[in-house]
Amino acid sequence: MTNFFNILFSTDFAFSVLRVMTPILFAALGALISNKAGIVNIGLEGTMLVSALTGVIVSAYTGSAWIGLLLAVLAGVMIAALLGFFTLKFKTHIILGGIAVNMFASGGTVFILYLVSGDKGASTSLKSMTLPSLHIPLLQDIPVLGPILSGHNVLTYVSLLCVAGLYYMLAKTPLGLQIRSVGENPQAAQSVGVRVNRIQFISLLISGFFAALGGAYMSMGYLSLFTRDMTAGRGWIGIAAEAVGRSTTIGTFLSSMLFGAADALANALQVLKIPAELVGTTPYVVTVIGLVVYAVTEVKMKKRKLAKTKASRS
Amino acid sequence: MESTPLLEMRNITKVYPNGVVANSNVNFSLDEGEIHAIVGENGAGKSTLMKMIFGMEEPSEGEMLLAGQKVRFMSPQDAIDNGIGMVHQHFMLVPSFTVVQNIILGMEPTKGININYKEAVRLTEELSKKYNLAIDPLAKVEELSVGMKQKVEILKVLIRGAKILILDEPTAVLTPQETEELFRELKALKREGHTIVFISHKLKEVKEICDRITIMRAGKTEGVHETALVSEQEISRLMVGRDVVLKYDKGTREPGAAVLRVDNLSYKNEDGKPLLRNIGFTIREGEIVGIAGVEGNGQAELVNALTGNLPDAQGTVAVGEHTILGHSIKQIRDVGVSYIPEDRMRQGVAKDASISDNLMSMFYRMKAWNKGLTLNKKKIIQFSEEQIERYKVRCKGPAQPIGMLSGGNMQKVVVARECEADPKLLIAEQPTRGVDIGAAQLIHQRLLEMREDGCAILLLSADLNEILEVSDSLLVMYNGQFVAYYPDVRQVTEEDLGFAMLGLNVQSEAEVRRAIHV
Amino acid sequence: MFRASQFEKIRTVAVILISLLLTFLIIAIISKDPVGTIMIFLFEPINSVAHIGNVIEMSIPLMFTGLSVVLLFRTNLFNLGAEGLFYFSGIVASTIAIHATLSSWLHPGVAIFAGAVTGALLSAIPGYFKAKWNVNELVSSLMFNSILFGVGLYLLNYKLRDTQAFINASYKFQKTALLDNIIPGTRIHTGLILALLCIFAVHYYMYKTKWGYELRMTGSNRAFAEYSGINTTKVIITVHLIAGFLAGMGGSVEVLGMYSRFQWTSLPGYGMDGALVALLAKNNPLSVIGASLFLAYIRIGADLMARMSDVPSEMISIVQAVIILLISAEQFLKFWKTRMLLKEAGIRD
Repeated sequence: MTNFFNILFSTDFAFSVLRVMTPILFAALGALISNKAGIVNIGLEGTMLVSALTGVIVSAYTGSAWIGLLLAVLAGVMIAALLGFFTLKFKTHIILGGIAVNMFASGGTVFILYLVSGDKGASTSLKSMTLPSLHIPLLQDIPVLGPILSGHNVLTYVSLLCVAGLYYMLAKTPLGLQIRSVGENPQAAQSVGVRVNRIQFISLLISGFFAALGGAYMSMGYLSLFTRDMTAGRGWIGIAAEAVGRSTTIGTFLSSMLFGAADALANALQVLKIPAELVGTTPYVVTVIGLVVYAVTEVKMKKRKLAKTKASRS
Repeated sequence: MESTPLLEMRNITKVYPNGVVANSNVNFSLDEGEIHAIVGENGAGKSTLMKMIFGMEEPSEGEMLLAGQKVRFMSPQDAIDNGIGMVHQHFMLVPSFTVVQNIILGMEPTKGININYKEAVRLTEELSKKYNLAIDPLAKVEELSVGMKQKVEILKVLIRGAKILILDEPTAVLTPQETEELFRELKALKREGHTIVFISHKLKEVKEICDRITIMRAGKTEGVHETALVSEQEISRLMVGRDVVLKYDKGTREPGAAVLRVDNLSYKNEDGKPLLRNIGFTIREGEIVGIAGVEGNGQAELVNALTGNLPDAQGTVAVGEHTILGHSIKQIRDVGVSYIPEDRMRQGVAKDASISDNLMSMFYRMKAWNKGLTLNKKKIIQFSEEQIERYKVRCKGPAQPIGMLSGGNMQKVVVARECEADPKLLIAEQPTRGVDIGAAQLIHQRLLEMREDGCAILLLSADLNEILEVSDSLLVMYNGQFVAYYPDVRQVTEEDLGFAMLGLNVQSEAEVRRAIHV
Repeated sequence: MFRASQFEKIRTVAVILISLLLTFLIIAIISKDPVGTIMIFLFEPINSVAHIGNVIEMSIPLMFTGLSVVLLFRTNLFNLGAEGLFYFSGIVASTIAIHATLSSWLHPGVAIFAGAVTGALLSAIPGYFKAKWNVNELVSSLMFNSILFGVGLYLLNYKLRDTQAFINASYKFQKTALLDNIIPGTRIHTGLILALLCIFAVHYYMYKTKWGYELRMTGSNRAFAEYSGINTTKVIITVHLIAGFLAGMGGSVEVLGMYSRFQWTSLPGYGMDGALVALLAKNNPLSVIGASLFLAYIRIGADLMARMSDVPSEMISIVQAVIILLISAEQFLKFWKTRMLLKEAGIRD
């Protein structure tokens, strides 16, 4: 048992939490921005896969991880644009569109990889590049905090910046205000001339952008190659984190961290012989519990309000 | 001295794709700087006219002139760009936003990439001071009172440069004090050179604040009058007069035992506002009791109480010896109640389902309609064909999706279903609204047949012709209570009825309580 | 020329044709022998009894999950939980197949029934949440997919795993538990009969019984159903139970019909395929047969093509995605439908 706590409270563990949480956080931010505009993007998993592959292929052929990253982001945004086009113009149901994206990505990435490199299922023959890790001077020398915060992949720091950026955008900018209005009361937005479809499309693009960063991280940071279905459900965990975070930026960040910790914990708990498969379900169980608790409290609050007005009259 | 009207609608006709003629050769002219009321019953065409002014709909025929120039609005944005703003009846606000956020949405002042809230607040406060619309810019809209929310809506419209403001039933949700305040604000707006279109059916208020009145009835304009020169009675006469007079030979029918008994029915909404006050009446076998009244005076709540949708209501409602207040619609139907709802698209039909599917909802549970586990298809088709024949429903057959039928034919299906269930009590809510005259006649005749067979019928309608020709006796509802009872509808004049509907010339309580028969 | 009511069928055919054309296009770009490869894709699946058998055997799990999703979609419920239920019920059936000792009549029956009931009960959980507290069934069902996968995988790795097997798989199923082959020369098993029975049963239920009527009305307009006295809460939970039963049965049948050990270490994807089948079948139980066969056909076609030519089978995922996008796009070809409707109504200006 002491072994367990030693692991849990070590700086190594805290470091691994940040490392593991990065793709989840990106996916969660993707879910957040689209939800804020009132559309549910469940194609995050697929978008991440496509970006992961693009990053690997492009960086292998250009010899530059950065160009790989750039094109990976472009690919993710284009997938989101396609989804947006079909959903907003052709009125495909957004959920089915998300399923289509995931289906396309799952097989399509393996297919394209084979075409490009002849590899089946894993990009072993490609010399893809990875994005650098940053060892921040001064910070790395601080005891305790240094080993936890310094030395991460550049995209991990980007993810944290994205949290701040998204928070800022939603709270302070005109676009953020319009996105929130479209999500909360599209009729009100329309009545003042805000173009609902356009705003929703933009949100989907941003959603794709975040998912793309998450995917690029997977294949060019967390690991250094592409393998079939490598996102392994992180897109879904991201959606779960956003749900538990009650669609707020801070909440989403915290729950992503929580779920990242659970993921990192799964390894630590191997020591205690608690199986990783079961620990892996904790984010989802927590989400279901959270959803039920929220729904029940909403029902109870409504009843309480009604009872209050009754009492005040009698 | 002739001056060009600020806004003119000439010979406007609007026909909807389903064939309904909402406006027919309507003429409306608005002078600069006046407060101009458009009055009329629900269904008179005022909302359609207003939608066209605001660019939400386009006229089928006719033209619109703004300051003498022909204009065509294809969207609300066009209207806004031309200085027309609308304050909707149901507010269009984002609840979690502050007042200032709602006001500047879509036209946010910026400083770099941020919203310049300082500037936004300044603009809001400037406007608020100018027009005496006191609000707290940083308050959250969801926490505001209804009157305050309306101020926000008005500011929203003013900040976008509206010179013409359209207010749609603005006092419907206000308390008397808030109404007074609104009137002060409107007068201030007028002083500042704005022009106001005031849509309402509350005549007292219209008289108080408006300069001129345009009266609409059945899709046509019935004239423009100077408010000072016309009395409320005259306005009501023009508003609620009848066009087509369908006469039915009803014959006399002695009412039998009491079927529906309502006593002391009261209801207050979430904010404590009483919407039903001490409602009491009876309906007997073979009797059609009509309830007349302008929409929004409690009729919807009354019907909800009778159909299991008003759990917090108090009082007694019983059919025979079964209480129905507080029970579910299924239990109520099981006791022998049928219901033709006002909103047929929302509740009355399942528009993607077939005609026979829509007909069988009252019967599918019965033994005669099932052979063991299976539904008796032969019976279903037979019944459907019978009803299609009997009610002259114009369709391609029982399997056709009901959504493809015209409004009138859809309503016939609803009426068929509810009547053929052989109820003890039939509640008919606006049964011929949006229905062509042939179908309306057929439906009325069916109601009279049911009455002949001993059914107790409650008829709620805003259509005077219907109410006066079909009912035996008549109750008038105003502000949540009955203000008149006429035991014999043949002795009621349109004039009396019109006054009562608008809250003028009310009867005493004792007179109204004659509606309760033991 | 065409009647407006036939429009939906025309649109489905149009989508299928477009998807086939897309397939040909991809093959043409990639393959060194495009015509030959296309021929393989189109005709190899029916070129031999064994291949036809492959198509049919692949359609069986699709029929189960497709049917399950049809029921849910028909009731206007967006529950995508068939995936997790399919997997977990497979585990349950495998456990009984491995450990219980029963005659060869009872063994598969009990295992499948246990799997189906497990699916029903687990499916009822999100159903109850939705009916009682209006918890979004989409998110909860997606979460359950991952939860059931995790628990199922745990059971596989820790309780059922045969350490002596070469692959990560469970112990062997007892012979008595396996489903019999019904057509020699193929691997088609009795599960096919079960699937067809279920399809006819659901068709009967939905169109010929009063419960089916309530289901359809609840899906068409819940307010109308309530107003007519239908207990829509009960309907929602019932539909979840039946849909879960079918998904569970599908998993159990697939495992006992096609395998001798449980060996899925990732979700096999039949749940999402079920959504595709439901879309192609336009939420019509009988059409699930055709839709499943079609999907199985193009999958097998892609597999055979991969084996016999230079085009990998995964390209079919691209085609499937396009089918989903087009077939659920209401505005696709809508202008044509509107024109036909107007023509029929006699208005043509």
